[in-house]
Amino acid sequence: MLRRLTVLIAGPALAASMSVPACAYMVYVSNERDNTVSVVDSTTMEVVHTINVGQRPRGITISHDGKLIYLCASDDDTIQIIDTASYQIVGTLPSGPDPELFVLSPDGKTLYVANEDDNLVTVIDLESRSVRTEIPVGVEPEGMGISPDGKALVNTSETTNMAHFIDTGTHEITSNVLVDTRPRFAEFKSDNSEVWVSAEIGGTVSVIDSASHEIKHKITFEIPGLRAESIQPVGVRITADGMKAYVALGPANRVAVVNAKTYEVEKYVLVGQRVWQLAFTPDQKMVISTNGVSNDITFIDVAKDEAMQSVTVGALPWGVVVHPN
Amino acid sequence: MGVHYRFRFPFEIRDISVKLLAAPGTAQMRFASKMVYSLEQGGHAVLCTLRRFAFFVVAVSSLSNAVAQEPSLAPANGAEAGQITEIKVGYLRAYAPQLALSVLDVPPRDEGVAGAEVAIGDNNTTGRFLGQKFTLHVTEVKPDADVVPAFDDLVQRGAFYILADLSATQLLSIADLARDKGVLILNVGATDDRLREEECRANVFHTAPTRTMLADGLAQYLIWKQWRRWVLVYGSHEPDKLFADALRRAATRFGGEIVAEKQFTDTGTARRTDSGVVQIQRQIPVFTQGFPEHDVLLVADESEVFGTYVPYRTWVPRPVAGTAGLIPSAWHPASEQWGGTQIQNRFAKASGRRMLSKDMAAWTAGRIIGEAATRTQSADPETLAEFIRDGDFSVAAFKGQKLTFRKWNWQLRQPIFLGDGRSVVSTSPQEGFLHQITDLDTLGIDQPETRCALK
Repeated sequence: MLRRLTVLIAGPALAASMSVPACAYMVYVSNERDNTVSVVDSTTMEVVHTINVGQRPRGITISHDGKLIYLCASDDDTIQIIDTASYQIVGTLPSGPDPELFVLSPDGKTLYVANEDDNLVTVIDLESRSVRTEIPVGVEPEGMGISPDGKALVNTSETTNMAHFIDTGTHEITSNVLVDTRPRFAEFKSDNSEVWVSAEIGGTVSVIDSASHEIKHKITFEIPGLRAESIQPVGVRITADGMKAYVALGPANRVAVVNAKTYEVEKYVLVGQRVWQLAFTPDQKMVISTNGVSNDITFIDVAKDEAMQSVTVGALPWGVVVHPN
Repeated sequence: MGVHYRFRFPFEIRDISVKLLAAPGTAQMRFASKMVYSLEQGGHAVLCTLRRFAFFVVAVSSLSNAVAQEPSLAPANGAEAGQITEIKVGYLRAYAPQLALSVLDVPPRDEGVAGAEVAIGDNNTTGRFLGQKFTLHVTEVKPDADVVPAFDDLVQRGAFYILADLSATQLLSIADLARDKGVLILNVGATDDRLREEECRANVFHTAPTRTMLADGLAQYLIWKQWRRWVLVYGSHEPDKLFADALRRAATRFGGEIVAEKQFTDTGTARRTDSGVVQIQRQIPVFTQGFPEHDVLLVADESEVFGTYVPYRTWVPRPVAGTAGLIPSAWHPASEQWGGTQIQNRFAKASGRRMLSKDMAAWTAGRIIGEAATRTQSADPETLAEFIRDGDFSVAAFKGQKLTFRKWNWQLRQPIFLGDGRSVVSTSPQEGFLHQITDLDTLGIDQPETRCALK
């Protein structure tokens, strides 16, 4: 209540932001260069806390109940577990070397981790905090996506240039799909029909049919005044209704808004410099981008597809996740 | 030299022990590589013992690897399961131990080769999903030797892709032979512009940048800094003069002014000795005395005769750039941008040292072959060559953008790093140096100026 009051008093400067958020969410941002996680209040859009964490924090996610943050401390070769109530590090997971990005299974029991230096996907059982198995994949695994039913995992390998489809029951690779150069991210549609894979250097997003594993469409981007080389798609998020997707375009400093039915790019939203990762607020009214070089994050209004406000966080913000409630 | 090797022990030994049994990038592989170097350099008497030991170690390591990491061999869409195609990559290298003014600059024994090995390892990680296996076959010759027998030998052994770290003259001696035999050469060492200009070849691709690309990368930065007045000091050997030419061309091209020039004649200095250092402290200031007012002192000394001695010893306090001070290069061992940390870690783990420019040129060349083989799912040199020559071909090499070939002379476009001994200072092209096709073509000789007629 008090926080709400503060916003009201803050007056006209925040008038624009007030029109959207119905409730406050905590936003957690991993800052790769200064070994911190910034905690940002989505209503006030201010940093409310900074957590000191392990070295080179990158991938960040949160348990479905919102109690624990999982964080890849890449240079410490571990995953740290942070209590969202106390902001204390309460444990670690045996991630294998150089964990970069991971995905949590829909049932919340398993964490699938890309080990960039060792060409492995490590499967971690969260209850016992132990490694269940390791799956050899291509060179420099990074992107991790999981199907809504939890049965299919997709890992992308940046130098091999493949999306590896993995059966989470057998931990076997069922298919390898060649995509464009340096695939960074994999995102399933909520109806499990498609997986979208971004290719940073290739400059495209491949839309892969989840059932046939065929590439059914390749999304390309063109921004007047910008050279093709500077358009480098990384993070991808698709709305729960499957209508709209957001694609972070790296040094193009923009987030593309894509019609997820027709694959047409509808708009480019200017954010900060070198935009990499994205996260929706749980109500999907906002999408938040991490802008590495300008050391900030940008809140984007999903209804209007306009940037609302940028907030300075730590050095080289990499990943972002929002508390589920 | 290649023939000489065969006399000492069969090639198959090094091929099998290093490339087939040990998994690339593993400790076993590094050990095996070292064993092979020992074998090459060791006398005949110790050879058999060493060879037996190497076989033992590698055989054991291959067993443990097989147990530890059996990959899931699901084929990529479109590939047939079960068939393994071998793609042999040759590495032909002119090598002799080199002196340097600073012991830190003595080239590592495996410079370049180590980069190719990491690329082969990367290609094999990808290849196991596609039924492709890459092997590297290294042959060394002396810097002034006839390279043809070694080349013939590599081709006879099935290497239709050859990474060449040779002098321009040596490279030209095999270029046309290679064309007639359907062999692709990827030049990873020679920076000579003439190999991309009047002496260009349709079957020779260049991943090493040219002297003009390096000089232009440096000049753009100096202009961006508004340090426009330069003094040029250059060595008396041919490569020094060629780099000095490239710097003069860069000055004209970007609006720098060379206000004075001076040659430093190699009279046989006492490198690295105590008395030498005393002399240097007195000689370099005198050598650089009396120049007109300037912003930067440029050094062209590829031959390592005096360049390293110039910084901090000039008559007037001025920054030094060129082959000493701020140095343009294809890669920097401290570059961590654009995912660079990943290749740096991978390389350091595999080789036990930092990655240098030639390692990056060789890695990129190896990856170009791998990329073409992956995308075409073929091992046929003609198919791969056609794919690489295609306008859409590109390769990623941790330089922030895709790298493509200049179709008029098969030079790989690439940003140029500018660094001192510790860190990356900048990368060129610099902001504001624009080009109608790609800003990377502001570096080096551009299409309208080229003298290359591919044949």
